[in-house]
Amino acid sequence: MGVLEFDGIVVGAGPAGVAAAVTMARGGMRTLMIEKGRKPGVKNVMGGVLYTRSITPIFPEFYQNATLIERPVVEENFWFLTKDSALKFGFRSQEFNRGVPNAFTVLRVKLDEWAAKEAKNAGALLLPSTRVDDLLREDGQIVGVRTDRPEGDIRASVVVLAEGANPFLAIKAGLVEPLKSDRLALAVKEIISLPKDKIEERFHLNPGDGATLELFGDAVGGLLGYAFIYTNKDSLSVGLGAILSDFLKNRVKPYELLENFKVHPVVKPLLEGGKPMEYMAHLIPEAGLRANPRFYADGVMVAGDAAMMVNAVHREGSNFAFASGRMAGETAVEAFKRGDFSARTLSAYERRLKESFILKDLKKYRNLTPLVERKKMDFLKTYPEWLVFAIQQMLSVDGVSKGEKEKRIKEALFKKKSLLHVASDVYQLWKAFHG
Amino acid sequence: MEEQSQSQRMKIEDKLFLVKMKVDEGNPHIFIRNEQVCLSCYDKPCTLVCPANTYTWDEANKKIVIAWENCIECAAAELLCPYSNIVWRYPRGGYGVEYKFG
Repeated sequence: MGVLEFDGIVVGAGPAGVAAAVTMARGGMRTLMIEKGRKPGVKNVMGGVLYTRSITPIFPEFYQNATLIERPVVEENFWFLTKDSALKFGFRSQEFNRGVPNAFTVLRVKLDEWAAKEAKNAGALLLPSTRVDDLLREDGQIVGVRTDRPEGDIRASVVVLAEGANPFLAIKAGLVEPLKSDRLALAVKEIISLPKDKIEERFHLNPGDGATLELFGDAVGGLLGYAFIYTNKDSLSVGLGAILSDFLKNRVKPYELLENFKVHPVVKPLLEGGKPMEYMAHLIPEAGLRANPRFYADGVMVAGDAAMMVNAVHREGSNFAFASGRMAGETAVEAFKRGDFSARTLSAYERRLKESFILKDLKKYRNLTPLVERKKMDFLKTYPEWLVFAIQQMLSVDGVSKGEKEKRIKEALFKKKSLLHVASDVYQLWKAFHG
Repeated sequence: MEEQSQSQRMKIEDKLFLVKMKVDEGNPHIFIRNEQVCLSCYDKPCTLVCPANTYTWDEANKKIVIAWENCIECAAAELLCPYSNIVWRYPRGGYGVEYKFG
């Protein structure tokens, strides 16, 4: 084949790539979407919660498609586990499932395949089974991509990199810093099949409704991360993620940690009788703005995971991907109309990111992760374990007076931390959230 | 596969059995740059953290053995190698891991 030419190329057919490609195709650009998998979705993994409003600007009808959504989330739970206890905190509201539901559980293979088909319907061309190995440059401007196909150079006026958590091309182009093992998480997950009625019974759900559980502390062996259980129609997404370097420090293999989690006395009854259907692993680029991503350059933009757009605290990523992909697409269409794909024109992409929740949230949480890293032992162990002790004391009737128990509880905390220390920790945490 | 009892810990071999792979026969996508370097690597992180147990230390032959056909493409090993001695790339387009659910 000779050198192909398009108005725009999108590398990767995940949420960011599809959002960009749909927007560009709808804007009249001849758009090519390149995907390394045999079909979109097969290489893609996420925990499993998708926020409806992140996808409706691109696909308004998405949440009415019963085959794509597993369950609307009406209840969110946060559990702190010690060796054999659990401190449970949860929130439930049927409000979440009224009108446009707030969030759904989804399975990515199905979702991504559908979304890519929608991009094709909008006029984008899909080239699957193709790995992009390099970017083509002319006078400092990106002018296309080099694929692993014979004579596989493809030219375009603009390239959107939506290559996911391991952004070889964005790193090679100097747009994103090389990944660091202490600034990204490794997650493993299983799909465990379980009958509908069992799921609804165990998670106290009305038929069709869904719940999420995030579990900390001993759920992940004290690593900086958390485990999760999300309810699908007739399966559970069960997994955990932690900072990559933490697995090494603790000399624990991710799948062993997952097995430990599955047999924890608080977790085991929820999974009992379930049949594992699939096992997977994926990186989560938690560095955020600390990786100093540049979102654009001459002829190129970076979106989604590739641009480190993840809010680890709120398990958000796919919403950043859909939104940033759309904004990259809108910027590409603008540039196309002007016939100018220089960095100056593409800087409108960063302006869009800045005006949206994306950069606002990434900025807000930039200092929180380092703080939690620094204070990991306190925030993920000392305080919650002390709370578990305190609650267990107050709930146990054993002949000891409540006054004496309160004294013991106070002593237990101040044996580990001074009052000043505790006050300073609370203040720093508050500041990190509100800074 | 037999129904997995939750009281029994699932082995990594059984987990990998659940993963659909399209292996690019004869075309590995992972290499060790210089086997000599592994000799002086103290804790060999690739053998400790890989979620598919792709890397094992062969004591008799003093080298890392890579079961690249099992790789589920997270790239953690490459990132953890203290000597940047692992050359890791995605398999050729259309090959490698193919999740059914994701």
